[in-house]
Amino acid sequence: MSAAYWRRAMNSGTATVPTSTPAGQRPGSWRTPGTASVPRVEFTSMPSAGRVIQWLALGVLVLYPLFASPFFTYQIAGQSLVLGLIALSLTLLAGYGGMVSLAQMTVAGVAGYCMAIFGTSAAVQISLGWPWWIAVILAVTIATLVATFIGWLSVRTEGIYTIMITLAIGVAFYYLCLQNYTLFNGFAGFQKVQAPEAFGVDWKLPIPFYYLTLACAVAGYLFVIYLVRTPFGLALQGVRDNPRRMNALGFDVTAHRVAAYAVAGFIAAVGGVLLVWYNGLVVPGSIGTGSLLKILIIAVLGGLRHPLGAFLGAIVYVLLQTFSMDALGDSYRERYNLVIGGVFLLIVAFSPDGILGWWEALRRRASRGRSAG
Amino acid sequence: MTRLWRWLGIAVIAVPVAFFIIWALWDNHPLFLRTLLNGVTLAALYFVVASGFTLVFGLMRNVNLAHGSLYLLGAYLGWVVGQITGSWLLAVAAGFVVAALVGLVLQVGVFRFMPGQDLRQTMFTIGLSIVLADIMLWIWGGEIYQFDPPALIFGKTPMPLIKSYPTYRLVLLATAIVIGFVLWWFLNRTRVGMMIRAGVDDRAMLAASGTNVQMVFAITFAIGAGLAGFGGVVGGTALSISPGEDVRYLLASLVVVIVGGMGSIIGAAFGSLLVGITEQFGLAYAPTYGVVFTFVVMTLVLAFRPQGILGRKA
Repeated sequence: MSAAYWRRAMNSGTATVPTSTPAGQRPGSWRTPGTASVPRVEFTSMPSAGRVIQWLALGVLVLYPLFASPFFTYQIAGQSLVLGLIALSLTLLAGYGGMVSLAQMTVAGVAGYCMAIFGTSAAVQISLGWPWWIAVILAVTIATLVATFIGWLSVRTEGIYTIMITLAIGVAFYYLCLQNYTLFNGFAGFQKVQAPEAFGVDWKLPIPFYYLTLACAVAGYLFVIYLVRTPFGLALQGVRDNPRRMNALGFDVTAHRVAAYAVAGFIAAVGGVLLVWYNGLVVPGSIGTGSLLKILIIAVLGGLRHPLGAFLGAIVYVLLQTFSMDALGDSYRERYNLVIGGVFLLIVAFSPDGILGWWEALRRRASRGRSAG
Repeated sequence: MTRLWRWLGIAVIAVPVAFFIIWALWDNHPLFLRTLLNGVTLAALYFVVASGFTLVFGLMRNVNLAHGSLYLLGAYLGWVVGQITGSWLLAVAAGFVVAALVGLVLQVGVFRFMPGQDLRQTMFTIGLSIVLADIMLWIWGGEIYQFDPPALIFGKTPMPLIKSYPTYRLVLLATAIVIGFVLWWFLNRTRVGMMIRAGVDDRAMLAASGTNVQMVFAITFAIGAGLAGFGGVVGGTALSISPGEDVRYLLASLVVVIVGGMGSIIGAAFGSLLVGITEQFGLAYAPTYGVVFTFVVMTLVLAFRPQGILGRKA
């Protein structure tokens, strides 16, 4: 990699990213022409008000367990952060790479199953019982490799085919875990895969677990923000907008895409380890179609255009899931899938940019009002 | 050089397969033949379901991920009609008609307003599959339903070498072959079929030449969805209907069209044969790793021929 290569990457990247390309030039994009002219969120010219809000948000997140009940700390916030982290990997792939992968939960599931197989679980005949840190390293490494393989397979075709291939891979892995008893323990899966006691802290408890997930989520968020501004990230966005032009410029389109899968896979793997600790178990159901789609729903609900969307979507999803059960009453308690599916349908039909899209629209309206008045 | 590599690749796959066939025939030939027949008849069912999927995809670039839900919906409603009227044939017809109507409503009411946004359409079908699955679970619960087809096609048919084989599965095979021919005739010999083929090749040109493309889309979507519902009743009779079957047949359809080539009916036939036979042999000879074989087939096809066996480059 020569310096000239990176300089080229920078130039082409800055040339394509902030300007508004017509929707037609962006294969795989599903933005409506009306919103295509909105520039991407610009990080360099972040107003100081935004900075203040960011620090305030971080402060609130850090202080949150002090005034929230253990239920809200663990079940609501912890779960949102973990799911948000996995959805973040999809935001990176879909929002910045233009590849909608449904297999991100599969990658997380591979990490979860690795934790159960290498670490400790209730299924003593399979679990190897190695120390937690070895299990974590192995789980993240293997899951990242699997993600790279999935990427290598699915980038052989483009656009809409990706969604089909990744869904097929995800469902195939689900059936494998369901049918196989020698390695994946079949339908029963692995129970009691718990966060360890380390450094004098029991990470199973709500508050330590919350801070663990918060640290990972913030790290993942900052990492993605940083990554999309690097030459690699800019080239990736170039590949999303116009693979043919990037190819003509001398970029290896396939390599960039596979690398994006690998990086996203790493994030999903970390999320998978946290998810298995959160649930305390990993079963085929946790990587079934419902779970695969859950990640897509979260990412789309929040908005794929900024890493923040993944976490916003996760919070809304978890709140919907938790409280629609209560709100629906006893006879409709089981119908929360209907609510979530319905919300997803509405978002896709009427607001393709998710919650961030609403925010953007509101802000634009506000600024228009200000300039008019 | 490339030709040499291709032959080498084929040899790497073909030689172990040939050895396996010889070993399996020598070891236990009834098991082998029975598994082969199971595979072919399962392929027949997969073909019925996946041909609708590939038809819709080829024309509209719409990956209908609610295809499995349409399968299950057709099956359940066919079952209800079968219970009320007592006629299995009416159940089959109802499965087709109901799914076709749902497909028609979807195309006319939703997808028409998202032209050219294939990803958004696909996402919409995902949401739809979640909603439909939950509504069906609500109405029909988690129980397993079974059809009672006429006695004429239910029972056993004597066969050479393996003694006997379920008649219904042979009927299924015949049905799939008939459907294959009807589809071929419809696409190649009728005016609407001609329009559909023209639309697959060049949608804009078809519209420019004065054809009502929306009409062609609606017809295609109705037929594609109807085939899923038809498959629901026919397949539900061979196996059973329960929640979760939608995912199974969605996976089957996906793998079949990925392997066979997207948008090609003949490709769907090839793909279903390959997937059906692989799946049954996997189940018979390595039960807990059955799905791995299907996955390996898909991986090999994607590695060597990303557009599918009979697919054209996009």
